[in-house]
Amino acid sequence: MNKLVKLFTIFISAITLTIASISSSFAKVEGEYIVLGSAISLTGKYSSNGVHTQNGYNMAVERINKMGGVNVGGKSYKFEIIYYDDESNPKRAAQLAERLIKQDGVHYMLGPYSSGLTKAIAPVTEKYKIPMVEANGASRSLFTKGYKYLFAVLSPANQYLEVAIDLAVEKNGGKPVRIAQAFEQDAFSQDVRLGILDAAKRTGSEIIIDDKLPKELNDMAATLAKVKATKPDVLVVSGHTKGALTAIRQISEMKVDVPMLAMTHCDAAKLSKQHGKNSEYALCASQWHKNLSYKDKFFGGGKKYDRDFKKEFGYAPPYQSAESSAALLVFKDAFERANSFDRDKVRDALKTTDMQTFYGNIKFGPGGQNVAKPMILFQVRCKGDTCENKVVAPTKWASDKFYHPIPKWSERS
Amino acid sequence: MDLLIFQAPILMVQASLDGILLGILFALIAYGMALQWGVMNIINIAQGDLVILGGYIAYTMYLVGIHPAWGVIVSPIIMYFVGWALYKLVINKVVDRDLFISILATFGIAIVFQQLMNFVFGADVVVAQSEYGTTMLFDNSVTLPNSKIFAAFISVIYAIGLVIYMRRSRLGRAIRATAQNARAAKILGVDTEKVYAATFGINAALCGIAGALISITLTLHPYVGLPYTVRSFMIVIVAGLGNLPAVALSGMGLGLFEEFADYILGTEFRIGAVFMLLVFILVYRRFKLSKKREYLK
Repeated sequence: MNKLVKLFTIFISAITLTIASISSSFAKVEGEYIVLGSAISLTGKYSSNGVHTQNGYNMAVERINKMGGVNVGGKSYKFEIIYYDDESNPKRAAQLAERLIKQDGVHYMLGPYSSGLTKAIAPVTEKYKIPMVEANGASRSLFTKGYKYLFAVLSPANQYLEVAIDLAVEKNGGKPVRIAQAFEQDAFSQDVRLGILDAAKRTGSEIIIDDKLPKELNDMAATLAKVKATKPDVLVVSGHTKGALTAIRQISEMKVDVPMLAMTHCDAAKLSKQHGKNSEYALCASQWHKNLSYKDKFFGGGKKYDRDFKKEFGYAPPYQSAESSAALLVFKDAFERANSFDRDKVRDALKTTDMQTFYGNIKFGPGGQNVAKPMILFQVRCKGDTCENKVVAPTKWASDKFYHPIPKWSERS
Repeated sequence: MDLLIFQAPILMVQASLDGILLGILFALIAYGMALQWGVMNIINIAQGDLVILGGYIAYTMYLVGIHPAWGVIVSPIIMYFVGWALYKLVINKVVDRDLFISILATFGIAIVFQQLMNFVFGADVVVAQSEYGTTMLFDNSVTLPNSKIFAAFISVIYAIGLVIYMRRSRLGRAIRATAQNARAAKILGVDTEKVYAATFGINAALCGIAGALISITLTLHPYVGLPYTVRSFMIVIVAGLGNLPAVALSGMGLGLFEEFADYILGTEFRIGAVFMLLVFILVYRRFKLSKKREYLK
């Protein structure tokens, strides 16, 4: 009798184990659903951009599912995403990635918000050979580590403001310019800085001020005083939204006259709204703008995306949402081309992605970064009291002419 | 590049004025910290977060169309009650315990405040506009934002007001008595419980004023409270407890030191230089104390 019980136990546990192993290896596709996983910042300091990212993902999932889903092996599947809140904390993000992969059996991941958190998750997805398409980690160091399962739909950080230096040289009659720069000490901003260093070298320009802003700093009066004393041709500032807002506040208060001001995160900081006229003429790098003429069959073009997003979420989509939506389009395309749910086949399909989405062309370089899409620059321009971001470069999409040089404060009303 | 400051002496004037104006604001926050540290023996890690909350009160007024400068009156009133409530809820349970417990408790409060502010106001960096313009000196080569001058002026007014209040009023005297010897004060009929609550409230009110001033001079974000805590902690360490002139001087000195470190060493060494200074001061103090001890022997 005792033996019988033992045998029975072994039998049951064997069955359970088999079921468990089967279900985990098929958990990526449950019934008609393809399950994706994402750790995302819903609380903590990145929560506003985390929510923009999530809204972008959700919008694309809904749209793709409504328009026929993903066709693999002659059958139509729908997307579903499991989200966890990473609390804007890299350690937590890495833990949650493990959990998504090991406990929830997720086989395909979507990226979190910010370079720092993507950096925390990438080693985990790499370890388990899980393809991850990410839309919000631009740091160059993500693409130099030789990751094989990481794909980014956005342009890498070093490209953000390179164009601005070229533009400055062009406005200077092709002659080298003098550059003053201030960058926050974090992965992303320092990569933007590397891009400027490259551009300076290429054009023979000189960097006369090279300040690194501590993360906790919200006062850059000292840097700006130096700028006033040395009169550079271009001032470049990158320090996320806080850097952008602090720079404009103090430049306008200290009446710093500089012919060209190039920045990042102007739209995330709602610069034109928060600082109004004081932010006029600031030149900003952006991944996307609704006026670009890219198209796809799911979202139409940028303007339609803008309208649909507004209707759904009640605010205009920042580029963080647009690129997140694009990540799903990339996944759908890869699944269909792979015509399989095998992770390595999907990865290979991702690698050969070459498509156009409303967000831009997408083609991955050897490191996983998107090499097919240029950064765009817009300039804040005001009419009366309302200020708007106008695309000024590249010329193909420019809706307005680049205004240069910035008028002196004494001449501005 | 490093020698720019000597090439352009006018930068020195700019740096000095920037440093002093910033320092006065820090001194106000530090005075609140010194006050409640002296009276209750609590190091308030949530000090910076109270400042930011005060700032958000001014920012909310700005959003509904009231000039944010009125925040320097509204914000301390609201913050007094916030501080008072905090005392009744949490601080009164840790006030007689050792320092570590109070640090832990206020650290917890800091986290809760950050998350609440994040929840209510969002994680975006925000600014309130005072539209005060700029004062230009020396043929426009030195510029002083009027908002910073306003901030320093208000800080000084409130600080003077507080000193007079501490000297003259009944509550002020009770607070000072409690700071000197809580048990003796209790025996002589001072309701120390009430004194503690009021002290914490006054500290929060000071943070509220500073926060309102920061909303128009710097930027606000739910998670930037800590630098204010650290700076005020340092000012208090240097100045000692309950000594307003010393706190003011040490605040201005710290502001000056920061600005000059920024000019001469570069922005990346600004915070580092400040911490080096702290280490130096602590070592120097110890050294002096140990000498005294020898003398006594």
